[in-house]
Amino acid sequence: MDVEILARIQFAFTIGFHYIYPPLSIGLGLILVILEGLYLRTKDKRFEMAVRFWIRIFALIFGIGVATGIIMEFEFGTNWAVYSKYVGDIFGSALAAEGIFAFALESGFLGILIFGWNRVKPPVHFLSTVMVFCGSLFSAVWIVVANSWQQTPAGFHIVGSGMNARAEITDFWAMCFNPSSVDRILHVWIGAILAGAFLVLSVNAWYLLHNKHRDIARPTFKIALTVAALFSVLQLFVGSRSADKVARYQPAKLAAMEGHFDSSSTADMYLFGYVDKKKEKTSGIPIPGGLSWLVHGRFTAPVTGLRAFPVADRPPQVNAVFQLYHLMITLGAAMIVLSLWGCWLWWRRRLFDRRWLLWIFAWSVLLPQLANQAGWFTAEMGRQPWVVYGLLRTSDALSRAVSAGQIVFSMILFTLVYMVLFALFLFQLNRKIQHGPVDYGTKEPIEEGARRDNPLLEHNR
Amino acid sequence: MHTFLGLDYQVWWFLVFGAIISGYAILDGFDLGAGSLHLFLRKEESRRIAMNAIGPIWDGNEVWLVIGGGALFAGFPVAYAAIFSAFYTPFIIFLIGLIFRAVSIEFRSKEPWLWWRKSWDVIYCIASIVISLSLGLMLGNVVGGLPLDGNHDFAGTWLTFFNPFAILVAVTTLALFMMHGAIFLTMKTENRLFVKLHVLANNFIVFFVISFVITTLYALLYIPHLSDFFKSRPARFAIPLAMVFSIANIPRQVKVGKYRFAFLSSAVTIALLLIMVALEVFPYLLFSPGRPANSITVYNAASSDRTMHILLIMALIGTPLVGIYTSFVFWTFKGKVRLDEMSY
Repeated sequence: MDVEILARIQFAFTIGFHYIYPPLSIGLGLILVILEGLYLRTKDKRFEMAVRFWIRIFALIFGIGVATGIIMEFEFGTNWAVYSKYVGDIFGSALAAEGIFAFALESGFLGILIFGWNRVKPPVHFLSTVMVFCGSLFSAVWIVVANSWQQTPAGFHIVGSGMNARAEITDFWAMCFNPSSVDRILHVWIGAILAGAFLVLSVNAWYLLHNKHRDIARPTFKIALTVAALFSVLQLFVGSRSADKVARYQPAKLAAMEGHFDSSSTADMYLFGYVDKKKEKTSGIPIPGGLSWLVHGRFTAPVTGLRAFPVADRPPQVNAVFQLYHLMITLGAAMIVLSLWGCWLWWRRRLFDRRWLLWIFAWSVLLPQLANQAGWFTAEMGRQPWVVYGLLRTSDALSRAVSAGQIVFSMILFTLVYMVLFALFLFQLNRKIQHGPVDYGTKEPIEEGARRDNPLLEHNR
Repeated sequence: MHTFLGLDYQVWWFLVFGAIISGYAILDGFDLGAGSLHLFLRKEESRRIAMNAIGPIWDGNEVWLVIGGGALFAGFPVAYAAIFSAFYTPFIIFLIGLIFRAVSIEFRSKEPWLWWRKSWDVIYCIASIVISLSLGLMLGNVVGGLPLDGNHDFAGTWLTFFNPFAILVAVTTLALFMMHGAIFLTMKTENRLFVKLHVLANNFIVFFVISFVITTLYALLYIPHLSDFFKSRPARFAIPLAMVFSIANIPRQVKVGKYRFAFLSSAVTIALLLIMVALEVFPYLLFSPGRPANSITVYNAASSDRTMHILLIMALIGTPLVGIYTSFVFWTFKGKVRLDEMSY
């Protein structure tokens, strides 16, 4: 395999793995803020137990998020040196801003969030929780700004030519608020909040199914259900705005998302289907004129198709983009249906009556995770063959000093390490969930084993 | 070319970047040092305390590396691209070290099983050593220079990195961090563990001084151009002299039990070392010894003046903020380690 495809696989793998964790941190962050806020208001022991339990889960998720995130920051330099030179002015600024304005806030207050419960006053701890949540939101802002600039570049001019060409900022705010960034930030935020909300739903459904911690699981489930319902519906509108921007600024990507080839015809929206790239034909179950309506508001308007672009400028994996996009939509719809259904039953006071529904909720944690991954893959694969849309091709963006062998070496290393990490993560997550919320006020503060290993603790108490 | 207070933007950003790297070396330096000496502590309990001494703060310290990466990417994209693709293999190993350090802190105390904790202790220690050594190795190569082609791309092989000077710098870095970390731990511990760390701190001071002297001699003998900056004007010898005093002050303070001052001294030593490095290499970010014309300088690697301007504003706003919350967190966790139910 050549360096390009190897470097792309490596990037997709490392970012895909990383992207499991930060959305969970954002989503759980919101749940922590709500739970701790409720605890401060009501002084209800159940909320204290719930929030301290979720802080422990948060710590685990955040830890792996940081460990895998640092790789990403440097992977541009190691594997994509030409890209780094080309966009350093812009992309680098966004990353630097992320570090100094967002990540520092998040990581600084994280110490107090995790270790400070007995050290600081409750309002100060709450402040730290809010700060960590804000930090994670800001992080997403700068990362998505950087990525959105790759999709819809703005506020720059090109200096130099050939190998020495590079983009330089002309207008910082136009660069930050490029045409797609606001919609994409909202889209990503909501996806992240759903990831957190469904994790909480899932764990609490599992507790209810196993008759554990019922008095904590019920209120927490309801809080998460409210968040899930609210944001999954909101996502429908925000997501369609995002698609609108794709239609306007990245027509080839939109055409690939719906497998639309012919520019003179009206464009259908498929519920599901298959794109035959060779025959340039899409088959499946369509909503006739659906895409025309989405783009132009009329069911009969023609939409730019893939044939309008030279083959070299079309996304090479049209069918994959199509499938991933539709997977995301389907999962999004499933989240809306599931959470609204839950709300309906809650209103009828029958929320916790059906065991099979609780089982669905227990597995529902996978829905936002898969949707988030599918969404990113759609965005990034749909942008191909460009790394910066319309400006720089992915094949030109590589490091020239790096050989295929080196990438294979690091790829093997990353795969092994990440497999171990993922296994450990699931193992520890499961242990923590099995262990459940603990009332630190009455119970022993630490499990027996740790106490035995740690006589000093006895000493200090 | 834009200037601010008489200095070019590029020079300013070089200073900012240097300050960030110094911040990282001082802050994560004691985390890495504490990690590197982890296995010298024999008891399970001692190891747990040592790990919790850095527990609430190491993550905030690592942020400086993230900020440094962003600062280099944004301010000197050409250097960012060339350095990380040149250092591909050592850098990947460095990153994997960072992953393992993070997860071993996270996982170690989560299970009561002895084999579990011992394994993570070993991984944690090795990861910290690998990180320190690879940081030193990269610093050594940046100081010594690397072969570059006309596009500023690396033109050597992976063996190029393992030159004697870089290896010496790597060992010195490890020794420096171990000394720094041991002194930090003396401030955080009590009783027998504290006594043990006091002894360790003294040993690491000796280790550091020996490796530092050898590295300096090697540099003076074999890479004489490095000291040109200081030789050109005698007044400039004030800086190395200050460093010698700063190093000498460390054992002096440790001896009388003033660990906070010893720690301050070792922090100042790290800063002065990096300032000396900066003065020696400036204006080069990556020197190409064979073909100096291919070198990467703060000028040919810099982003546009406009970006520099934006970055400097960001630094002006961001640095005080980071300072405020870093000191707030450090203040919250000041004093000896107290383990509770939320500890690692």
